[in-house]
Amino acid sequence: MTNTFAETAGKTALKTRISQAWWSLSVACLVAVIGLLFAIFAFVLARGLPALKPSLLFTPTQGIAGGLSNAIVGTLVLVVIGLLIVIVVGIGTAIWTVEFAPPGMKRVIRFMVDVLAGVPSIVVGYFLYVALVEEAGWGFSLIAGALALAIFMLPYVVRAADVSLTNVPRALKEGAVALGARPAMVVSSIDLPYALPGILTGILVATGIGLGETAPLIYTAGWSNYMPTLAPTHSPVGYLTYVVWTYISQPFEQSHQLAYAAAALLMIFIFLTNLVARSFVEYRLNRGR
Amino acid sequence: MATLEMSAGGVAKATSPSALQRKISQTLLRALTGVAALFSFAIIFIMLFFLLVYAYPAIRFNGWGFFTSPIWNIGNQYGSGVATRNGFSGAPGAEFGALVFIFGSVLSALLTMLVSVPLALMVGLALVYRIPRQLRPIANALVELMAGIPSVVYGLWGLVVLVPWISNALAPWVTSHLGFIPFLGGPTGSGTGLIASVFILSLMVIPIMVATTRDVILAQSNAIFEASMALGSTSWQAMTRAVLPSVRSGIVASIMLAFGRAIGETMAVLMVCGSAINAFPSNIFSPVNTIAAVIVSQLESALTDATGMAQRSLAELACTLFIITLLINVIARAMMRGADRREGRGHA
Repeated sequence: MTNTFAETAGKTALKTRISQAWWSLSVACLVAVIGLLFAIFAFVLARGLPALKPSLLFTPTQGIAGGLSNAIVGTLVLVVIGLLIVIVVGIGTAIWTVEFAPPGMKRVIRFMVDVLAGVPSIVVGYFLYVALVEEAGWGFSLIAGALALAIFMLPYVVRAADVSLTNVPRALKEGAVALGARPAMVVSSIDLPYALPGILTGILVATGIGLGETAPLIYTAGWSNYMPTLAPTHSPVGYLTYVVWTYISQPFEQSHQLAYAAAALLMIFIFLTNLVARSFVEYRLNRGR
Repeated sequence: MATLEMSAGGVAKATSPSALQRKISQTLLRALTGVAALFSFAIIFIMLFFLLVYAYPAIRFNGWGFFTSPIWNIGNQYGSGVATRNGFSGAPGAEFGALVFIFGSVLSALLTMLVSVPLALMVGLALVYRIPRQLRPIANALVELMAGIPSVVYGLWGLVVLVPWISNALAPWVTSHLGFIPFLGGPTGSGTGLIASVFILSLMVIPIMVATTRDVILAQSNAIFEASMALGSTSWQAMTRAVLPSVRSGIVASIMLAFGRAIGETMAVLMVCGSAINAFPSNIFSPVNTIAAVIVSQLESALTDATGMAQRSLAELACTLFIITLLINVIARAMMRGADRREGRGHA
């Protein structure tokens, strides 16, 4: 469409040619950026998939070699517990913001949650390290790591839940109230089911982010060569991103293989959560039509 | 908003048996969700307060030297006695100056913006106006996927692919052909350093800026573009002189958010920055260090400081980074809200 506009509107051929040149350059930039993305993908998969032997999934790391089972389980446990915290707090925050908050507070909460999304992950990690690992004396622990992830994932869940709850049709709620539903019932049988696809999308986006985080975990979850014990405190937890970060700087080929395998696994996990999240979005768009 | 209030109040009053239950249900729901909201609201203040209190001895011990000294030295851990300043003690010879790290953070983030802003704008424009409609969802999905790549994976690629390429190909070529330009000549180092950090950071922030650029342009009415075209401008002129200025505040806000992200990014930078200590970069290939990266790389050694001052100084670093990013984010978010309101958009 813009093509024909440019052709007819350009008063001189030169002007049109300059415009075309700029557009070509911008398309070249787009191709370059997407090309780099493919390069990174191809690199991680080319190095990671051959290294990803089935036995890795069932053996824990041993020093510089071994498998990844402790890190895989650790990552999943940290993310799941972090999600449990963030779902309760995030959806609670959104319900209060949408249903109860005075207009001024609505703005303040949304603003603070947006600002929280910009806090560097290492600051969250160092805060919890000082507060829980050191001062509270819990040591490197599951609960400190899960909390770090929860703080980091919170804005994504609150925003998604806030937008979806705001979009629940008022008529539905008023109908429920007219039929005698209590407030808790309105929330549980009208608000949440209606907003569910949007909230789930937010939770999946948060999951993808939680899976890939490293900095908030280094000084909260610590690292362990053993399977997670599920003890809330005094028991460090291993996770995949740690393997990528530290094992690649070891001078051993086996540890490099582990780092690549862990990176490939992470990319696969994140790709899958993104895929599911996108299909939820599509589903919602189709339903809306 | 008032629907639930209504359910507890007016409507229900007549049917009195359930009125009390309604009131309780309402109060309970309000209280429980209110606690959650309070947490979300307060967590930033809690983090800031806690870090400041913990860092207070370091703030007194280091004084203004923290911002003016380039030397970070946890002191002699094997000597006897302690060094006491302003009533707080550190190891003998301890000095905690963050200037190198603050400079490194700001410099790498600024250079990242220099590289990534024009690129992201071009990519965003191409995405909106030059990609065939059928391909657009795929291109959008790719950009979003790129934003989802974990920073350690960027770091891994940087360390294994980018850094050797810089040290074997880029740096020798640049120093021999363009070495006469300041900061492009001189020692090339090992490939880890400023240029590698800037490259990786640019890759990480471009998707964020592209997404916002695309969204603000799509949200803007097409009338501006068409009017500009009707006045005889080419499509590129219409884009850059009419449409882009009309969404300026949204784009500036997204640039600031990306700057905040770049300055706070930890893992990818840590893996490729070369972890300079006590030295400023002399050219674009020199090792650098950032506040975020040094908090990770120095904690191990800070833990050996029996006086705890090194750990508290790291908390002071965390506070510094926190306050810088808070300021950037607050300004950017306020601008975004302002832009949304002026341009008649709702809460995004």
